[in-house]
Amino acid sequence: MQPFTQHRGLVVPLDRSNVDTDAIIPKQFLKAITRTGYGPFLFDAWRYDDAGGFPGQDCSIRPLNMDFVLNQPRYQGGSVLLARENFGCGSSREHAAWALVDAGFRVIIAESFGEIFHGNAVKNGLLPITLDGETVDALFRACETHPGYTLEVDLSGQQVVPPVGGSVVFEVEPDVRDRLLHGLDDIGLTLEHSDSIRAFEHRRAERFPWLYR
Amino acid sequence: MGRTLYDKLWDTHVVRENPDGTVLLYIDRHLIHEVTSPQAFDGLRAANRLPWRLDSILAVPDHNVPTINRERILDPVSRNQLEALDTNVTAYGLDHFPLHDRRQGIVHIIGPEQGFTQPGITIVCGDSHTATHGALAALGFGIGTSDVEHVLATQTLVMRKSRNFRITVDGQLSPGVTAKDVILAIIGRIGTAGATGYTVEYAGEAIRTLSIEGRMTLCNMSIEAGARAGLVAVDEKTIDYLRGRPYSPSGADWEQAVRYWTTLVSDRDAVFDRELTLHADEIAPQVSWGTSPEMVVPVNERVPDPATEVDPVRRQSMEQALRYMDLTPGTAVTDIPLDKVFIGSCTNARIEDLRDAAAIVRGRHVSPVIRQALVVPGSGLVRAQAESEGLDRVFRDAGFEWREPGCSMCLGMNPDQLGPGERCASTSNRNFEGRQGAGGRTHLASPAMVAAAAVHGHFVDVRQFGNNV
Repeated sequence: MQPFTQHRGLVVPLDRSNVDTDAIIPKQFLKAITRTGYGPFLFDAWRYDDAGGFPGQDCSIRPLNMDFVLNQPRYQGGSVLLARENFGCGSSREHAAWALVDAGFRVIIAESFGEIFHGNAVKNGLLPITLDGETVDALFRACETHPGYTLEVDLSGQQVVPPVGGSVVFEVEPDVRDRLLHGLDDIGLTLEHSDSIRAFEHRRAERFPWLYR
Repeated sequence: MGRTLYDKLWDTHVVRENPDGTVLLYIDRHLIHEVTSPQAFDGLRAANRLPWRLDSILAVPDHNVPTINRERILDPVSRNQLEALDTNVTAYGLDHFPLHDRRQGIVHIIGPEQGFTQPGITIVCGDSHTATHGALAALGFGIGTSDVEHVLATQTLVMRKSRNFRITVDGQLSPGVTAKDVILAIIGRIGTAGATGYTVEYAGEAIRTLSIEGRMTLCNMSIEAGARAGLVAVDEKTIDYLRGRPYSPSGADWEQAVRYWTTLVSDRDAVFDRELTLHADEIAPQVSWGTSPEMVVPVNERVPDPATEVDPVRRQSMEQALRYMDLTPGTAVTDIPLDKVFIGSCTNARIEDLRDAAAIVRGRHVSPVIRQALVVPGSGLVRAQAESEGLDRVFRDAGFEWREPGCSMCLGMNPDQLGPGERCASTSNRNFEGRQGAGGRTHLASPAMVAAAAVHGHFVDVRQFGNNV
């Protein structure tokens, strides 16, 4: 996994609450068996002005919905997504995180996140930052009034730094911070405790033999 | 201080506590389907790792499978994904109910049906509706593909404990009001993020009165309130349900298991971080009107008006939802015209759901305005049971299509889909934009409500659906 230390990027304001993972990557793209290639289909139903794409399609020839924020010229190349409450609610599809990363996003700022999506994002080097409603509101206004509005995100210092004005401190769980900063392989870390897992399993099999066939 | 049921389930699975506050949690059982597993198996192979414990895994295809003409999967992308599951199952020698096996079905239906889900275990699946299994006092929750790989490789997950939330439903549900209405009413009350960060235990007289299948419907939609897991404590019904199932313990093991299972209740002096109490007699049959499961009203009410909403963000969400759903504020729910009906999904495709729907449909006919009416049993065994009771005839005679088991029109990954603009009364769990097909419009309700809607071409209050409605 790509480590995350600092990032400066253009902010894309997606002014919606309860953005579900079906909206982030619709179901037809879940038929692929790879981890990459989902970027062109990110927010497919909102992004394209057609009846919906299909896996493997060449999206360069599809009509764009120019009202959708991701298609507006001023937000091209954005890498920090700004949203409202409960971003990534719904299904457990990790394809949602894969699509965001594939489309170039490194940070998502929202008032809150769906729990499974939050975990999936972290495992893919995508930093979810939770900020209070007032701060998120202020960021939406700043995007609106300042074309080319960027934010710098410093994970080790746990700060979001706007171009002008004071920086905003954010909370992040220590394990999440560590994993992202060092791009750690979860499975490799866990397997260092193989002996503990085996010992636990042995005790469990004695106590609950019917669970082990 | 006493412990909650969730505390007990958690504590017995902690392998080790990490210095950063996370724990390594042991996973007893792992359900696998075709959509969220191929990348996990690829990851295992790339790192030259093997599954930790083969007998913890049960695999079944469900999301992509057609529910008619299954001999040949026409969509090459779906076929490729189904074949990837077969390849992985064969390569590692996993337990598997393939498409032609009569035990095949939706992953959350077959787990309990087989007794693979048992009280006191941790059970995971790369699917958010794994909360279903909490109905049997198992700690079940959905995981992403990276975690599917983590469980395959280590039999554990790195987790942080959730907080405890008890939702009590006192009193008795009125006739015609079901588990589906209870969970929709709860989500309507607390919102889709209302239980984020919590494990919910459902308690109270109305919950104890529910059958195990009703409790599955309830726990299934916990994720729609933001909770990864929902639970109901063990009682006699739990034990009766598990007796004699293929994966259930037997002989001396059974006695030992039952002794343990009966301890899986929250202690009297357990303290919950949050409590909510609802009264059963205040719950009416529910229908969703918007594009989030929290956008739900009783069937005898009207589509709400965003103008009355003071919060600007919520108002905007409501306006977006009404535009997508093509609804006008103030429209009576019973006046919304429907195009299709769907009875199925991991929420409502068990035998009791089909009996409920058939009881409404018997001797009646699907309204001519309904273009398609689907009944999709949750598993081959549910289908066989229904057929042995003659329910298939009841549905077919009424004009329903009687299909083979699978996720079907709940999520449109297979040929069963809504067309753009089509409006569907559905027993599934999500009314998100495009969920049942691009541009499709979903109204969530119970099996009885959807069956009644099929007959009338619009929603009706099943409480008034006596012999002459």
